[in-house]
Amino acid sequence: MIKRTFKRAFKDSLPVLAGYLALGVGFGVLLQSKGYSFWWAILMSCTMFAGSGQYAGVDFLASGASIITTAVMTFIINARHFFYGFSLLDKYKGTGWFKPYLIFGLTDETYSIVCSAELDDSIDHKKYYLFLTALDHCYWITGCTLGAVLGEILPFSNEGIGYSMTALFIVIMVEQWLSTKEHLPVILGVATTVVCLVVFGADLFIIPAMVLIALELVIFRKKLDKTGASDGEEAQSGD
Amino acid sequence: MIDTKYSLILVAVMAAVTMFVRFLPFLCFPEGRKRPKVVTYLGTVLPYAVIGMLVVYCFKDVSFFKYPYCIPELLAGALVAGLHIWRRNTLLSVFAGVAFYMVLVQLVF
Repeated sequence: MIKRTFKRAFKDSLPVLAGYLALGVGFGVLLQSKGYSFWWAILMSCTMFAGSGQYAGVDFLASGASIITTAVMTFIINARHFFYGFSLLDKYKGTGWFKPYLIFGLTDETYSIVCSAELDDSIDHKKYYLFLTALDHCYWITGCTLGAVLGEILPFSNEGIGYSMTALFIVIMVEQWLSTKEHLPVILGVATTVVCLVVFGADLFIIPAMVLIALELVIFRKKLDKTGASDGEEAQSGD
Repeated sequence: MIDTKYSLILVAVMAAVTMFVRFLPFLCFPEGRKRPKVVTYLGTVLPYAVIGMLVVYCFKDVSFFKYPYCIPELLAGALVAGLHIWRRNTLLSVFAGVAFYMVLVQLVF
């Protein structure tokens, strides 16, 4: 069962492998260009494990930003992760000693896969979450370190390879769209974020978008609330 | 590069803030404690809304008003979506989409 679970986690993590290596290398190259050795890439990828957060972090380090600026900006950039735990309160229940690690490793990609993976009883769900998180973390550390060691010398142009993250999210969105009749939540998510991006700009849109999405979902609760009904999400919560 | 000690402090601050954001929901609603029904409800609908948010998030740094007007991103996105509706194979959709996008940005645009 463990073997089967690991195989499944590995298979599901493959799209992330390509994306994390690519984005990680990009980060490592950027970091070493500011005079930081690969030890810093290892340190940051091990302890932060956050793509856009680490990219911004290079700027904070290079410019010697204040602690307050660093804290506030990191909060704004990573605020979207605040949402993720809400959907995983039940799935991550009873995961014991590795629960803190699962929560620590809750990136966009791991979250989307954990939410969309349909696991049957031949898979150890809790171990699946652990393997997936750890594999993603390994890919990320490897990518960041490689980038910092190799610097600019890469055998081929990898421009555009980071698109694998966008592609993964589009796939999950399509998969969700095909598997449910209720499309209002995703429509609200897209529309609200687009409006906030236009109104607040690329640096500040995510928190207003999150607040509005949460409000809208609460407003439409009567229509959307199927808690207790036979929903896939609920059926899995008792495992 | 600024001095090592201050760099370490900044990395620690960034790691702590990132972890704080990720742990917050679990700290607010610990295991075994009853939580408001609205929280459970949000947990079931958020994955759908969030994936919409993340797709838009990926497009945040490309401009619709400057060359190449987001065309490679949209074309590759359409390929990914179309291919996935047709074959329902995640790896195929992702890798075909990335390969197509890389060709577009490196050779065409």
